[in-house]
Amino acid sequence: MTMCNSCQQDAEEKYAELKKVLTKYHNDPESLIVALHEAQLIFGYLPRDVQIHIAEALNVPISEVYGVVTFYSLFSTVPKGRNKITVCMGTACYVKGAGDILEALKENLKIDVGETTEDGVFTLESARCVGACSLAPVVMVNGEVHSEFTAQDIPELIRGYRAAQDPAEKRSDLH
Amino acid sequence: MGQKEYLKNQQREVLQNCGLINPENIREYIARDGYQAMGRVLTSCQPQDVIEQIKKSGLRGRGGGGFPTGRKWEYAARAVNEDKYIICNGDEGDPGAFMDRSVMEGDPHAVLEGMVIAGYAIGAHRGYIYVRAEYPVAVERMELAIKQARELGLVGKNIFSSGFDFDIEVRLGAGAFVCGEETAMLNSIAGKRGEPRPRPPFPAVAGLFHKPTVINNVETLANVGRIFLKGPEYFAGIGTEKSKGTKVFALAGKINNTGLIEVPMGVTLRSIIFDIGGGIQKGRKFKAVLIGGPSGGCIPEDHLDAPIDYDSLLKLGAMMGSGGLIVMDESDCMVDIAKFFLEFTQDESCGKCTPCRVGTKRMHEILQRITIGEGKEEDISLLKRLAEDIRKSSLCGLGQTAPNPVLSTLRFFEEEYLAHIRDKHCPAGVCSRLVRFEIIPEKCTACSICARICPVEAISGEPKKPPYFIHQGICIKCGACQAKCPFSAIAKI
Amino acid sequence: MKSLEDLKKMKEETIQAMQLKEQPEPEYRVTVGLGTCGIAAGARAVYNAFVEEVNNRKIKYVTVVGTGCAGICKNEPLVEITGADGITYTYQNLTPEKAKAVTEQHLVQKKPVEAWLLATGRSLL
Repeated sequence: MTMCNSCQQDAEEKYAELKKVLTKYHNDPESLIVALHEAQLIFGYLPRDVQIHIAEALNVPISEVYGVVTFYSLFSTVPKGRNKITVCMGTACYVKGAGDILEALKENLKIDVGETTEDGVFTLESARCVGACSLAPVVMVNGEVHSEFTAQDIPELIRGYRAAQDPAEKRSDLH
Repeated sequence: MGQKEYLKNQQREVLQNCGLINPENIREYIARDGYQAMGRVLTSCQPQDVIEQIKKSGLRGRGGGGFPTGRKWEYAARAVNEDKYIICNGDEGDPGAFMDRSVMEGDPHAVLEGMVIAGYAIGAHRGYIYVRAEYPVAVERMELAIKQARELGLVGKNIFSSGFDFDIEVRLGAGAFVCGEETAMLNSIAGKRGEPRPRPPFPAVAGLFHKPTVINNVETLANVGRIFLKGPEYFAGIGTEKSKGTKVFALAGKINNTGLIEVPMGVTLRSIIFDIGGGIQKGRKFKAVLIGGPSGGCIPEDHLDAPIDYDSLLKLGAMMGSGGLIVMDESDCMVDIAKFFLEFTQDESCGKCTPCRVGTKRMHEILQRITIGEGKEEDISLLKRLAEDIRKSSLCGLGQTAPNPVLSTLRFFEEEYLAHIRDKHCPAGVCSRLVRFEIIPEKCTACSICARICPVEAISGEPKKPPYFIHQGICIKCGACQAKCPFSAIAKI
Repeated sequence: MKSLEDLKKMKEETIQAMQLKEQPEPEYRVTVGLGTCGIAAGARAVYNAFVEEVNNRKIKYVTVVGTGCAGICKNEPLVEITGADGITYTYQNLTPEKAKAVTEQHLVQKKPVEAWLLATGRSLL
């Protein structure tokens, strides 16, 4: 895949940042999970190439890095949308109708849990419990909690984030 | 509701500072006698005395099992090794529980103080706080607390000129429920897949990096400083014969006053739900309370007067767990809840041992078919047999307790299972394939909206001549008619 | 910090510093619940509104601090205002707009806004 100049530059910056992070954990296999967290913050996900870099720096076999990445649900090997919608499926939210909200979101966004919309604007996820049980059911968008959420709130929520999408930025994402 | 009534039946010990002090300012904790217990212990107690005092207090682990804390410390203290570790388990994974999160967010120094005392007692010089990544605020506050304590010399080298060194670090989880199990957590802290391993050897002998390790829950550690401040006798004076002190519970679900409460051990669930919790929302009828999350069980109306302590809950087929209470009313289906929990454990099973990996999947499949009306009479005995096998043969606590929600709902609500299996009917109206939609003749105005919205043309009638009629054989139970009827003339039975 | 004595000294100093004084003007401590539940219900914006309003009006006798969860998650955002008389007023379900109104009425005009109060009582601190 060829990249346009600005993306090439972007990627180089990210790898430079990763390199800086990894110097802290040189030859330190025990810091693998910490390193993965930090790498995912930089790249948004953990592509194969990033995993290789981490494996080499920490002196861990790549197979083990991959094993850890796939074991924990917070690590992702595929890119995520710009906005992450997370439906809390903890028990308190579930008994208050979180399942219906998740179904309605799937239908609205036309994606399944864990998937990203074609335009890259939304990723839909479900969480175990975000610990805001007293405000159940809750939906988080980019870490911000929307409490006592109902399926009726969905269209407005989606519209709001789609509208916030800057058209200029949209263009630069096209390759 | 006034704050007074809500607080009247509570006894705030662990939560004494939560909601009062600024957790981001160590001085406010110190103003409330913070770090004094630690100071006294480090400068005037022998480690063996510390363990004796904890034993005398009767403190038991607040994370679920209720193992006596003093004994746990004693085992680790006896182990001979240069390096030992204290781990604070802040991986509060039970859905519906948020007690530990609140303590870490509201009174982080109480946790640190408990860890230093524990370290002194067993001869450890390093501690880790394992917090789930889903709790960003707790992580931030714990890290800030460590930094401030280090700056004042309350954590680090030669604390209070006693010659004792102890340092603490936060480690993040990455979204795996099984990491709340202690041996899995040890692997996760070491940067590996969070898979449990057989015990023995117990962590007190071979734990983190194969060194003697004590793993205590957040709430357990938050109790420690207070035990030394007020004396073990004070602590032992609260609670029941075998369960001492207070317990923090998170109230959620269909209850009026959702929130966080702290009560002496031994109060009844009825008092928690109806006096403190203010009863059930929307005036509905109480059905059951779930306690102990996916490892626990449900407790119905008949047993609400049982005192809450470790042992009486076990007798009821539930467990203390970490303290999440989820209240359910008549509109909740117990088969569906059991299925929900099995789906959870199935998904969170690490896959290392067969009984848990495959067994929970089979149980989930059976529950799935019961909820869609394809259940068989023998499914109940099959579920019971599977549950027993999984309980006995799984490697770790996750698998061993996974069948609990099924066993517990079967014990108290077997007739609900039978209604699903024999009558193909979900009494609570939750399992969509097992409900019936019917038109209430008195309310129907024959506006024909339902007939037009129905995707399978299961509704017929003559305009302006009520009532309309739903053909049950054709209906796919999508509920669209009920959602669209402007006169609430369609009932789900 | 080298000894228990140092710790006790810091305790006394902090208690002194936290003591709300009557003179020259009665002081107030505004405590905003900033646990996850509070934040989810919008407490950060309420906290910021208090800080902003107090700064804009150049009020010197009010300290705004964050705290953890008080346990009454249902009524978040919860804000406690304690006066030099040791009485605490607990406000429930506040918004940034209400925070501004509370600053004006309670902290400036010294008239608590009854309608938004959850409880009143002696300070537990």
